[in-house]
Amino acid sequence: MAVRVGVVNFPGTNCEHDAILAVERLGATADLLWHGATSVDGYDALILPGGFAHGDYLRPGAIARFSPIMEAVGRFAADGGPVVGICNGFQVLTEAGLLPGALQKNRGLRFVCATVGLRVESSASVLTAGVAVGTVLQIPINHFEGNYTCDDETLAMLRAEDRVVVRYVDNPNGSVDDIAGLCNEQRNVIGLMPHPERASDPLLGSVDGVVLLQALLGSAGAALPASVA
Amino acid sequence: MAPSEFSVLVEVRLRHGIADPQGATIERALPALGLSGVTGVRAGKSFRFDIAASDEAAALAQAKVVADRLLANPVIEESSVTIVGAGTPD
Repeated sequence: MAVRVGVVNFPGTNCEHDAILAVERLGATADLLWHGATSVDGYDALILPGGFAHGDYLRPGAIARFSPIMEAVGRFAADGGPVVGICNGFQVLTEAGLLPGALQKNRGLRFVCATVGLRVESSASVLTAGVAVGTVLQIPINHFEGNYTCDDETLAMLRAEDRVVVRYVDNPNGSVDDIAGLCNEQRNVIGLMPHPERASDPLLGSVDGVVLLQALLGSAGAALPASVA
Repeated sequence: MAPSEFSVLVEVRLRHGIADPQGATIERALPALGLSGVTGVRAGKSFRFDIAASDEAAALAQAKVVADRLLANPVIEESSVTIVGAGTPD
């Protein structure tokens, strides 16, 4: 049976159809889940796509955290379901407390839209299972608030627990320790600023995002990836 | 006693030690005004709202919940809450 992916759609989300198309082309089925929904039952994986949820008012993700669906997303995550937040979705996951730290404005107050090198730092996550550590992928970024920050204790914990999943080869936004994406303790919730779904067809300039999306679909319904720690 | 209405001011700014590129950029623009002695510019946001509460302490407590749980992200921001006025609602 095809993997069923739920793609969360907040008011202001704008990458939901890109995400759906990308996973459908890999054999999954995908549905939009409106932010007012209170259940995500029946889905094998969830994607929180990019955009400007609730207009990014106050802070990116600050209002989205209170959307009704986020309680269901939290339960899904607690039960071990794979959840990936891309760009604005990453910001939502940090605001919701499903991932540590925060994303502040880019260094130099610069909006960055570019394809960047992304190095896989851990194969133990739902997005990188089976992708060799050290693999460098060319993936687009497109954000103003992508400068990952956290306190020193959190950073030490992320490093010690092998939870920095992807790093920038050439830091474009000032993120601490070049962090582009990280996972939760159970390794089933991951947030990253780069957009794998925008690197899923030769016409888009890169197909390097495909291995990540394939890993996500492979993780759906499968056992959690074991930590290498 | 009927509840009174308290006017609240919440100010949110980046925590000390968190880079504030907006504040730094504003500061770098100041020499164009002929001012050279202005330092330590920090940018932030302010919010005004009214709270109906039995007394000022209760209003302050509620306002702090609003500030801590919504208006500021404690990972990168700090907030200050001030009661700036009181009156009976119409």
